[in-house]
Amino acid sequence: MSETLTEKINWFVACTTADVPENGGVCVKYKNEQIALFNFTRRGEWYATQNVCPHRMQMALSRGMIGSQDGEPKVACPFHKKTFSLIDGHCMNGDDCSSIKTYPVKIENGKVYIGVLAQEYARFYY
Amino acid sequence: MKVVVIGNGMVGYKFCEKLLAKENATNLEITVFGEEIRPAYDRVHLSEYFSGKTANDLTLAPINWYAANNIILYLGDPVQSIDRINKTVHSFHGITTTYDYLIIATGSAAFVPPVAGVEKEGVFVYRTIEDLEMMTAYAKKARRGAVIGGGLLGLEAAKALLDLGIKDTHVIEFAPRLMPRQIDDAGSNILKAKLENLGLKIHTNKNTSQILGDNRIAGMQFADDTSIDVDMLVISAGIKPRDELAKLCGLEVGQRGGIVVNELLQTTDKSIFAIGECALFEGMIYGLVAPGYEMADVVATNITGGSKHFTPFDMSTKLKLIGVDVASFGNPFIPQSECRTVVFEDTMKGIYKRINITPDGKYLLGGILIGEAEAYNMLLQTTKNKVVLPPNPEDVILGARGGTEGDAGAGVASLPDDALICSCENVTKGQICNAVTEGCETVDSIKKCTKGGTGCGGCVPMLKDLMVHTMKAQGKYIRNVVCEHFNYSRQELYDLVKLKELKSFDAVLDTLGKGDGCEICKPAVSSILASLWNEMILKKGNDTAQDSNDRYLANIQKGGTYSVVPRIPGGEITPDKLIVIGQVAKKYHLYTKITGGQRIDLFGAHLNDLPDIWKELIEAGFESGHAYGKALRTVKSCVGSTWCRFGLHDSVSYAIRIEERYRGLRAPHKIKSAVSGCIRECAEAKSKDFGIIATEKGWNLYVCGNGGSKPQHALLLASDLDSDTCIKYIDRFLMFYIKTADPLTRTATWLNKMEGGIDYLRNVVVNDSLGIAAQLEAEMQLLVDNYQCEWKEVVENPELQKRFTYFVNAPEEKDPTVQFEPLREQKRAMEWK
Ligand code: SRM
Ligand SMILES: Cc1cc2nc3c(=O)[nH]c(=O)nc-3n(C[C@H](O)[C@H](O)[C@H](O)COP(=O)(O)OP(=O)(O)OC[C@H]3O[C@@H](n4cnc5c(N)ncnc54)[C@H](O)[C@@H]3O)c2cc1C
Ligand code: SF4
Ligand code: FES
Repeated sequence: MSETLTEKINWFVACTTADVPENGGVCVKYKNEQIALFNFTRRGEWYATQNVCPHRMQMALSRGMIGSQDGEPKVACPFHKKTFSLIDGHCMNGDDCSSIKTYPVKIENGKVYIGVLAQEYARFYY
Repeated sequence: MKVVVIGNGMVGYKFCEKLLAKENATNLEITVFGEEIRPAYDRVHLSEYFSGKTANDLTLAPINWYAANNIILYLGDPVQSIDRINKTVHSFHGITTTYDYLIIATGSAAFVPPVAGVEKEGVFVYRTIEDLEMMTAYAKKARRGAVIGGGLLGLEAAKALLDLGIKDTHVIEFAPRLMPRQIDDAGSNILKAKLENLGLKIHTNKNTSQILGDNRIAGMQFADDTSIDVDMLVISAGIKPRDELAKLCGLEVGQRGGIVVNELLQTTDKSIFAIGECALFEGMIYGLVAPGYEMADVVATNITGGSKHFTPFDMSTKLKLIGVDVASFGNPFIPQSECRTVVFEDTMKGIYKRINITPDGKYLLGGILIGEAEAYNMLLQTTKNKVVLPPNPEDVILGARGGTEGDAGAGVASLPDDALICSCENVTKGQICNAVTEGCETVDSIKKCTKGGTGCGGCVPMLKDLMVHTMKAQGKYIRNVVCEHFNYSRQELYDLVKLKELKSFDAVLDTLGKGDGCEICKPAVSSILASLWNEMILKKGNDTAQDSNDRYLANIQKGGTYSVVPRIPGGEITPDKLIVIGQVAKKYHLYTKITGGQRIDLFGAHLNDLPDIWKELIEAGFESGHAYGKALRTVKSCVGSTWCRFGLHDSVSYAIRIEERYRGLRAPHKIKSAVSGCIRECAEAKSKDFGIIATEKGWNLYVCGNGGSKPQHALLLASDLDSDTCIKYIDRFLMFYIKTADPLTRTATWLNKMEGGIDYLRNVVVNDSLGIAAQLEAEMQLLVDNYQCEWKEVVENPELQKRFTYFVNAPEEKDPTVQFEPLREQKRAMEWK
């Protein structure tokens, strides 16, 4: 276990804060990826996850409803209402779904930046 | 009395707890040695570590619990030797302690088969929090994983690898089937198919001969000369009891490991006991927590002067976590010649159920459930308590067909008081019901006061049923609150929202709820707001509180496209309008179909195209059909007296009048209606939420019918009404439903739960027994007056239209992942995985 991960984050501009409805999500295109971006106004927080729902591989999560469970923010897929944590992507309604990928988000001067791991799109190309 | 416990695992801890609870437990001096650095934790739920639970969350009792109970606890300090003559133990850090009774609860270690290369980096076992920490760190640079062992634990470990992001994971099982100890070949095949759907690759009949790679694992070689590439391996090939201390001090151990004990759990030295996974009883190691807890109780009872024997224990188990229900109970493997076997198999859905019953058909002996295991607890109880089976024993796995369905509590009611509900903690039905009677009225509080449900958790649904059942039996009202964010029923919420004149989801949440809301309360509140004020549902701030279909004013389909359903009131349409639908469908490449609701559905529309499609439809005079909303859908009609030789009245005109009156009306669930021109009932009005049938003298009004999954005929509310009175009654009926029904409850279910049933409803609607008829009518009139076509508003409002773009940062582009397949002369959505 000597190798260390070089987790360099690349930030890209997704949209402006006004583009995302309050307490809702939009879908962001990044190269060939689709990223779901959420403006959790109620908590004053922003989140980003993969857009594809692992249950039936549907590009859907950006169209899902957000909310919380015991204080943990989550998104519910519009297809069959599986729910996923916006913090670490784990499936919150029991057992049968794998986790979703989450991305860091930052806001600067009204612009929304999403962070992608440099190493991750390296994997994408090979 | 000096008691020394070696091992602070699940069973060692439970022993302390049980011992303290014994009545005669006085003058106790308890000393515990634990090898791990933390106090006992819940190994059974270890995998939840991957879903965010911390070591702290898993702890069974914090360190100060031991101090508070005068238990001396040495952690990170394994016992190294036992001196049976002087009755002392000696620890790694040099502590020597004397004992009157010595309890060995050293558990077991993972068994690692002697395969060449198992010492390589990247090979793990799955037993302790440290194992999981090491796996998590290593998984970051692994892409392909494997698990040796297709038993319960192996499958759990495989799921863990998936959760760690290792999508390419293999399960290697030596036996010809998965979970060889619990299920049969047929069950294994179904399970295999299900796991393959989750993305696991399953290999049975595979014997690993070598782990490949230099320092770290790079692959696995099998005895059949095949091989796979892997970067990470978890071995879960069984357990090896930790009997080394016992061996060292001359206690008898089994040939294949395990400290030999009698039915009092005594080893060959009368003052030394062994419990949990290190104990060998009648040639058997019990690798489950429930028998370990029972052993702890037997020893605690006997050394405090009581008397109790350990008897061979039930090995029923249910697989948790993996996303496929698997359970086996009682004896699943009785040969067909010694019992009657009922097997149900649905390979399409991946369901396999087998039960073994006595030849006389009276008792359940055991069985296997795969793909659907809700019945596990009930079947386990039926087996253990020798509950007599119904006349058709297959009903227990297929459900009673025909006849009335009992409520959820009916099953638990038939169990005897001494039925063991929680086998981990040994809690009976009687104890649970008592706790409820004494005021434990939530599952959490029952868990606290009985400890039931705190072990593997498998009995929690049953706890809940028992709680509801007991409370109902006491005549208690069970509050049906919406969700964790609102401590009100829908009806209460409706009244409060109205009283306080709240108009947005946020305002309702701020005033009446807490937290951030969720996918349960958001649509429920949105529906209440719409039913109360009938404002445009996409009004800023309320749009994202709508269910996805309402938010986009269309039903989402397989693949992520939408359907478009224009309203065709009464099912009547002009040739010109038919042509427009055809043209629009052609232009936007939509699949068209006549629906079961007498109108036309256009499928396969891209999100971006929706506003354009609707623009064209609205220009031609169409309106939204609200096929996406919990709202009025269709009012079907038969052709009636205008053409039909039997028709008594003009059912089409009346249906159109009704559909136009209630179009867009939002309710707890969707509402459907129909008007038939005579008793032949060609419009199927009696299967609707409200249905109208022409009579010689006027109209008969039927209410609370349902098609769908549980069909039910509507009941007659009033007869021979004139057209206006009939509408008045419908106003009252619908408004009363909207105000009082639970979320997502159709009118039929609403009536079924209503005390007094149809007679009560008739009294309210027809005889105005509550004195609210005028108010109900006025409220409905307000909604009717406020009606606007939502799609028309979108088409006229560029701000609203913007919400139908697919990519926020590429508004022109459509979802590139959408795919269709050709179908006859049209197309269909690509099949999903
Ligand atoms: C299109 C249609 C089938 C068809 O091709 O004919 C249809 C399609 C759907 N029905 Fe239906 N139902 C259709 C007529 C019916 C009928 C027949 C009728 O209305 O006369 C019934 C039985 C009558 C009844 O409701 O009592 C019916 C009983 C259901 C149910 C079960 C309701 C129940 O109480 O058990 C559901 C599920 C639900 O609503 O929760 C459902 C749900 C659905 C959904 C919305 C499922 C979903 O969430 O995606 C389907 C989506 C359609 C879409 O995307 O546009 N559909 N559905 C019919 C549309 C009628 C229309 O013009 O609006
Ligand atoms: C991932 C996983 C999932 C499981 N799921 C289930 C399930 O769903 N249902 C179920 O019934 N069972 C399940 N089990 C099995 C269950 O956890 C065990 O049966 C149970 O933990 C046994 O308890 P124990 O106290 O005998 O052993 P352990 O919990 O292993 O405790 C033994 C303790 O003794 C310590 N020890 C050993 N030697 C010494 C020494 N010389 N001095 C001091 N301390 C020592 C060990 O370090 C350990 O901490 C699962 C096990 C695992 C690993
Ligand atoms: S019956 Fe089922 S499959 Fe057919 S349209 Fe209705 S919901 Fe869909
Ligand atoms: S596709 Fe997301 S829950 Fe089914």
